[in-house]
Amino acid sequence: MKNKKISSNTILLFITIALFVVMYAAGCIVYSAKGFSHLQTFLNILINNAGLLCVACGMTCVMLTGGIDISVGSLIAMDCMLLSVGMERWHMNAIALCVLVLVIGIVFGLVQGFCIGYLEIQPFIVTMAGMFFGRGMTAVICTDQVSISSNKLFVALANMKIPLPFGAYTSRRGIVQVPYIRISVVIALVVLVVIFLMLRYTKFGRNLYAVGGNETSATMMGLNVKKTKLKAYVLSSFLCSIGGICYCLNTMSGSVQQAKGLEMNAISSAVIGGTLLTGGVGNVIGSFFGVLINGTISTLVKTNGKLLSSWSNIAVAALLCFFIVLQSIFAKIKNSKN
Amino acid sequence: MSKIKKITGQPLFLPIFCMLLVMAVNIFYDLGSGRFAFNFFTVSIRNGVLYGRLIDILNRGSEIAILAIGMTLVVSASAGTDISVGSVMSLTASLCCMLLAGYGVASTNTLAVPLIVGVLAGILLACVCGAFNGFLVAYLNVQPMVATLILFSAARAIGLLLCNNLIVYVRNDAFKFFGGYLGFIPTPIVIAAICIAVVSLVLKRTALGMYIQSVGINKDASRIAGLNSEKIIFLCYIVCGLMAGIAGIVASSRISSADSNNIGLNYELDAILAVALGGNSLGGGKFNLAGSIIGAYTIQAITTTLFALGVSSDQAPVYKAIIVIIIVAIQAPPFNAWVKRLSAKKALAKGGA
Repeated sequence: MKNKKISSNTILLFITIALFVVMYAAGCIVYSAKGFSHLQTFLNILINNAGLLCVACGMTCVMLTGGIDISVGSLIAMDCMLLSVGMERWHMNAIALCVLVLVIGIVFGLVQGFCIGYLEIQPFIVTMAGMFFGRGMTAVICTDQVSISSNKLFVALANMKIPLPFGAYTSRRGIVQVPYIRISVVIALVVLVVIFLMLRYTKFGRNLYAVGGNETSATMMGLNVKKTKLKAYVLSSFLCSIGGICYCLNTMSGSVQQAKGLEMNAISSAVIGGTLLTGGVGNVIGSFFGVLINGTISTLVKTNGKLLSSWSNIAVAALLCFFIVLQSIFAKIKNSKN
Repeated sequence: MSKIKKITGQPLFLPIFCMLLVMAVNIFYDLGSGRFAFNFFTVSIRNGVLYGRLIDILNRGSEIAILAIGMTLVVSASAGTDISVGSVMSLTASLCCMLLAGYGVASTNTLAVPLIVGVLAGILLACVCGAFNGFLVAYLNVQPMVATLILFSAARAIGLLLCNNLIVYVRNDAFKFFGGYLGFIPTPIVIAAICIAVVSLVLKRTALGMYIQSVGINKDASRIAGLNSEKIIFLCYIVCGLMAGIAGIVASSRISSADSNNIGLNYELDAILAVALGGNSLGGGKFNLAGSIIGAYTIQAITTTLFALGVSSDQAPVYKAIIVIIIVAIQAPPFNAWVKRLSAKKALAKGGA
């Protein structure tokens, strides 16, 4: 009985955590001269990937139902563009704009969720159309690169440093450096905790697992599969909009090419974190580590300084491939046991 | 009523209807802007080559038509789409131009290796990409779109590495031929025609077409009936890779350079749209190659029309995405059931009155 509890999914999660630790430790040893081992490096990974973390949480929920959402990257680009154009050109209130972005996210998710849940179109097709729609709409809003500088509230939020009470160190010049995080990290971590609790303790959370595990039996149990799917996509797009605001707080600009390939990072984070592509199995904690691995790879490539940035893309794709193969091998073993 | 149903029930109804619609828009646009009404259809010879908007559509649509062939087979056999085709196109172009120019060279007039070596190496690499996708899908049972997502992001990055982050220009007449003119006909049209002819001959003359449909309809039943389902799916992905490679060479030759970030951008959407527009179900099974190809040229006609109407290339995806959703929604079973219920209700009301 106890043996059975350590299932292949737990093994996948352990592999992920071990991989992160090994990767980070290797980075600390190789790049210790460049300050990789400071706490702030780790916090910077969190700061840079706060948006991705929100998106990965939404992606995990969608993938639990057996679907996928590849529109997230373009939706973030659209959000950032709307925020920056809204503040710089239309001189709108930052809070009103944020609310508008969230509402757009919900509407976006409603349309996608309706097509997937009620019209039974393949999620990939719908969200791919969503991806091109989002990217195109970004260009419709504005084709220039717009950076935010005039909105005082937003700039203050973006520059706000939240110091941590521990981990202070003295730099080589003798200045005490207090490690800090930014507001986007706080938002992302709150999202992470809320989604974790939701998946574990609420009816909707359990429904997601049931729908992904076996759609037919979920229907027979009396679950409203269509509605659950619709809600999952609305949640994903909503979280993606929150992620978009976090992303915008980091980049402080909007451009058509922004967040290109982010869907890939979000999917690979979820997959690396042990979420099965077939649905029904997964956890946001795993996705959290997936995001950290993603961030570590890009930080390592950046710290090296000599490598082209496309290396981090290739490394993430290779990792995704590795974990997909691992998953399918586990699935084959499981099938042969049955 | 039954006559209308007979016409709308034809397999090629949807693509041809859309094509006519696009042509009608063009005619009205020309009329509205005070030009000759059939401006769209006029074909003339200028500077010794064919010229006209129709020729332009046929020419520019070649890549999409070539991609649509491979995509049709993949959709039919595995009930999923290959979203890596655009990136594979770019990778092919990068390798080909890198070999022709030599590593790290940004611009060249003379070829470093014979033309055929560069082109074949590029196409071979595309086949390897197809085989990689096919292996994941056929033998490891990964969902097609997730499996191809790996190359969707990685292929472009690898292409950038091959080109050392440069845009490699190969300004050589021999290389320009693939995107240029054969006599007075644009070469891409000829290449597309050859691809279409070869694939449709193979599908017609051998049982392969039937096998592919059978695997698409029911993989397990086909296996029990004695077909090697995995092998057939694997083969379809290799063909898709091959087609992406050919399209990549054409696209790269057209601009006589390898622009890793822009070659084949958004082509996966166009190819999938062509397949859906051709009346093929994206759920696999039966396919109609002619439909896909008409669909591909319709897409190009839509794109050209959008550009003529003054929509920028960045914004065009918005309209295409809406068209995809509408087409796929029309084909969706729940929508059909709803329409049927509606018409049944109408008939009932008529009978009652």
